[in-house]
Amino acid sequence: MTPARLPDPGAAVPATFQQRFWHDLWAAPTADADTPWARQPGFAVYRNTVLKGCIDALVAQYPAVHRLIGDDALRALARDHTRAHPPTDGRQHVYGAHLPDHLAATRPADGSLDWLPDVARLDRLWTECHVAADAPVLDAATLLSRDPEALAHTHLVPHPAARWRWCAAWPAFDLWSAARDGRADPNPPRWCGQGALLTRPHGAVDAVEIGAGAVAFLDACAARLPFPAALASAQATDPALDLGATLALLLGHGAFSETVDEHPDPPSGTLAVA
Amino acid sequence: MARPVDIDMGLGAGLGLKAEHFEDAVGTHADGLWFEVHPENYLVDGGPRLAWLDTVRERHPLSLHGVSLSLAGDAPPNTAHLQRLAALARRVQPALVSEHLAWSRLGPHHAPDLLPFPRTHAALQGIAGNIAQMQDTLQCRVAIENPSHYLQLAGHDWDEVDFLHELVRRTGCGLLVDVNNVFVSARNMGFDPRTWLDRIDGRAVMELHLAGHRADPLLGDGLLIDSHDAPVAEPVWALYDRLVARIGPRPVLIERDDALPPFADLMAERERAQAAFTPALPEAA
Repeated sequence: MTPARLPDPGAAVPATFQQRFWHDLWAAPTADADTPWARQPGFAVYRNTVLKGCIDALVAQYPAVHRLIGDDALRALARDHTRAHPPTDGRQHVYGAHLPDHLAATRPADGSLDWLPDVARLDRLWTECHVAADAPVLDAATLLSRDPEALAHTHLVPHPAARWRWCAAWPAFDLWSAARDGRADPNPPRWCGQGALLTRPHGAVDAVEIGAGAVAFLDACAARLPFPAALASAQATDPALDLGATLALLLGHGAFSETVDEHPDPPSGTLAVA
Repeated sequence: MARPVDIDMGLGAGLGLKAEHFEDAVGTHADGLWFEVHPENYLVDGGPRLAWLDTVRERHPLSLHGVSLSLAGDAPPNTAHLQRLAALARRVQPALVSEHLAWSRLGPHHAPDLLPFPRTHAALQGIAGNIAQMQDTLQCRVAIENPSHYLQLAGHDWDEVDFLHELVRRTGCGLLVDVNNVFVSARNMGFDPRTWLDRIDGRAVMELHLAGHRADPLLGDGLLIDSHDAPVAEPVWALYDRLVARIGPRPVLIERDDALPPFADLMAERERAQAAFTPALPEAA
């Protein structure tokens, strides 16, 4: 299999060949392609494989969006997104992080799909939660066993897999979870803002609706605010918040991995090693 | 220089590991059975996917079959990717590690495919360096796979078999011979797949792949596509039998990625490949 030596500018220099091949791979197909490969029928195999691989990866990561707008519409959006933003990584789960922004930037002018980017963001948080690092889950009993005085200088560390988001404009969580579960009626029972918490308390991804106060509490914990300040932040966001119930909900869903004590004067020296 | 290792002949015929068949994979025991995964799907920080892989690994040998290292790229392998791959290899202790003789990355961008290139002297030197870097990082011998070809490219200094042999000579790597890819390439490029396979140095072959292909929807049999969405074709089985008769059995994989049949159907295909590991009884005089 020694092909004839056709004129093929750049072929002897891998980098030049690859730049030209790459350009043709992503360019819109044209009848007057000027490279030897782009004129061959087999070139379409590469073009199709690349595009299909990217689109399939996006479709697989956005099941709720897929359910809500259908296969044809999502594939068309994914095709546009892929052409605008080719992957930068061989790991499929990394690709697709920007699709919600793409949906927001290209949403119909009539406002009919304004809620779609927020649903897509929850699909994205599901993927992030699914692949995040493992860590123990902080349970309520462990937290309650702490000296209340000490909690003044303690902050709760969000679990590495915990993801949360507040959506003020629409019931994004109900829209998303109904679509994700394939419920017959995807319409939310009420039209109001919703927060979502995604965690992995027992291995699998678990999703639950949370309020604005709970979201504020989680944000405060992520900012390493001490426990009392985080509670105050939650209460300032939602003065009617039931702090105990909120804390029980978050702990019950594995939102935290540990507590960290902030010592105003950390002890000097190093720990003895046994 | 990579540490040469003997091929683990406890490995017979294996299957690609699919999420749909997780329970079957965990629950099935068969002589020589092993599973192959694309490590890219498991280069995650944690979570159920990795736990799932650990569970399968507790019961079966695993092979890490990379699809994105871009060994034939114009730049060295992505160091962060290589380190993640090495960490996964330390975790699952794979029986085999492989990658493709192809490229998929240019600058910051990645294409999910195995792209072709002119097999020039410069390409050989670059790829040999990339394979050496991969083997040094992973501390194991890597098997390099021949991809399917769809294009007549000009500018080859080497034919494919010689190129693969030279990579083996320079780096100590092994070869993963994808018999279906040889068949598909032979049809598309116009050569005899038996000649290609007859020239392969059996001492370098660490693994074989078998898969299904299909004709291009527009061009028919004039352009075959390595689609992994059908059973292994009879002419590919014939080539497998011919190769194994010459070099002896090697760990062999039934690759199926699309239009997944029931697990039992894949096990039946796998049994056919596994038969190569059972010495034929001498015929009665």
